[in-house]
Amino acid sequence: MATTYDIPMKQEDAQAAGNPPVVAVVEAYKRFGTHQVLSGISLGVCRGETLAVLGRSGTGKSILLRLIIGLEKPDSGSVCIHGQDLAGLAIDQLGEIRKKMGFLFQHAALYDSLTVAENVAFPLEHHRKEMSRSERNNRVKQLLAEVGMEGNLQKMPSDLSGGMQKRVGLARALALEPDILLLDEPTAGLDPISSGEIDELVLKLKQEHHMASIVVTHDLHSAKTIADRLALLNEGKVVIEGTFQELHRSDIAFAKQFLEQS
Amino acid sequence: MSNTESTSVAEINPALPGQPTIGMSGEVSHGAAPIGGFFEWFGRLGIFVWRVSRAAVTPPYEWRELIRQLDNIGSKSLPLVAMTGAAIGVVLSMEGRSSLTQFGAKSLLPSVLVYSLVLEMGPIVTGLIVSGRVGAGIGAELAAMKVTEQIDAIEASALNPYRLLVVPRILACILMLPLLTLAADFSGLMMGWLAQTLVEPISLRQFIAAGFHGANFHVFLPPTFKTAVFGLIIGFIACFQGMRTQGGAEGVGRAATNSVVMASLFAMLADVVLVKLILIFFP
Repeated sequence: MATTYDIPMKQEDAQAAGNPPVVAVVEAYKRFGTHQVLSGISLGVCRGETLAVLGRSGTGKSILLRLIIGLEKPDSGSVCIHGQDLAGLAIDQLGEIRKKMGFLFQHAALYDSLTVAENVAFPLEHHRKEMSRSERNNRVKQLLAEVGMEGNLQKMPSDLSGGMQKRVGLARALALEPDILLLDEPTAGLDPISSGEIDELVLKLKQEHHMASIVVTHDLHSAKTIADRLALLNEGKVVIEGTFQELHRSDIAFAKQFLEQS
Repeated sequence: MSNTESTSVAEINPALPGQPTIGMSGEVSHGAAPIGGFFEWFGRLGIFVWRVSRAAVTPPYEWRELIRQLDNIGSKSLPLVAMTGAAIGVVLSMEGRSSLTQFGAKSLLPSVLVYSLVLEMGPIVTGLIVSGRVGAGIGAELAAMKVTEQIDAIEASALNPYRLLVVPRILACILMLPLLTLAADFSGLMMGWLAQTLVEPISLRQFIAAGFHGANFHVFLPPTFKTAVFGLIIGFIACFQGMRTQGGAEGVGRAATNSVVMASLFAMLADVVLVKLILIFFP
């Protein structure tokens, strides 16, 4: 069902150029108990574009990603993926939309009872049943090679470092060839070298797969490296959205403070 | 029922700060009324039961996971259950012999042993042992998956975690409890006979004939199969506590403890009701 929605600022040009946003969050509110996490947030991302969502801890960045993939529902407002409002979708329809999205969780969320290869094969086993075992194995090897983990097929997640777990998580997120990639703190807790490697990997994937990506991060350097646009959140609202240069030029006090402290 | 209903695990989570909190698991806080928490717990359990029931009757079915859980819950519980049954058989034999001798009814020992083991001791002890071993295991495993976002990852992969994780565990509990009960009964009878025959030799054939004298399947099957209800309760409570866990390692520990406590409690309460029903329908 096609849904009309207001295109957030900065998306107008893209839509005019025939590239409408594949992810559009419009006036989304979310409250947990007495804590208002999101207060009317609106943003959108087009195909081939990477948006970095920045902000202090607890400003609702991760919740925003959970809304986009349908793990949480907004109290009001809407989340549209490929023009379809997630609200009111049947379970099967939501499932079909989720298959087009890859999600890298903050701590990778690898299945700890499965090996690296089994983790990556997991979505394929359930959603690509037409694949033979050898085709699936080849695909798993190809995905792990893409993230530089081809030599660790039989290792358990507990045997991997944080950076390696994120690489495997990324391979799993890419298994179903999504056209939207959601990354929750991909470089959090990693040393600068591992962070840099993850950034390079995300950039490489962006160039190769031409996906729409939303990256939630605290890491301004990482955001600057991988993102086309930035959205700065404070108290559940987008304070400023635009390029890194626009963020730098901004007179908004919070934006200045955030840049100075980063 | 429309299939627009969510399968989100977030909906069975305990209330967050500022909301009334749970009453059934010792988590009451923030001024929430315990009675409100009590009803909220049952409300969320009701949602959980509904989600699981829907997942159980709609394909695809997770046969491989079911077989894995049958092994985990059944064969891996067997040694503990058999040993417990054996210990109870020995104790019943020794205590029974001592008591019955006082009343001059020593010859009734095989019957006392058979009836007390098969009608009540075997089923309830198996239920409690499984709720301890399996309830804690399921509660902790699912809780660890919840706090490390593995369950969210399953949902994000367009899979139903109720179908993938919960249904196979509950089904395995339902199927395995009666079989484990038979194992507990068997080992209890064997060890009870052994304890008896060491003091006063009696052949196994005689012991069995005396023990089952006047009994038939009509008497023994309902108590054995009532343990399927214990399995249902243990599976549901443990999965529910695990899937709604919040709060890291502390939450995992709490989920495991609550799973055991509440599964044991509800199994014993169910036993009271089931015994009454068996007496009514199988007099």
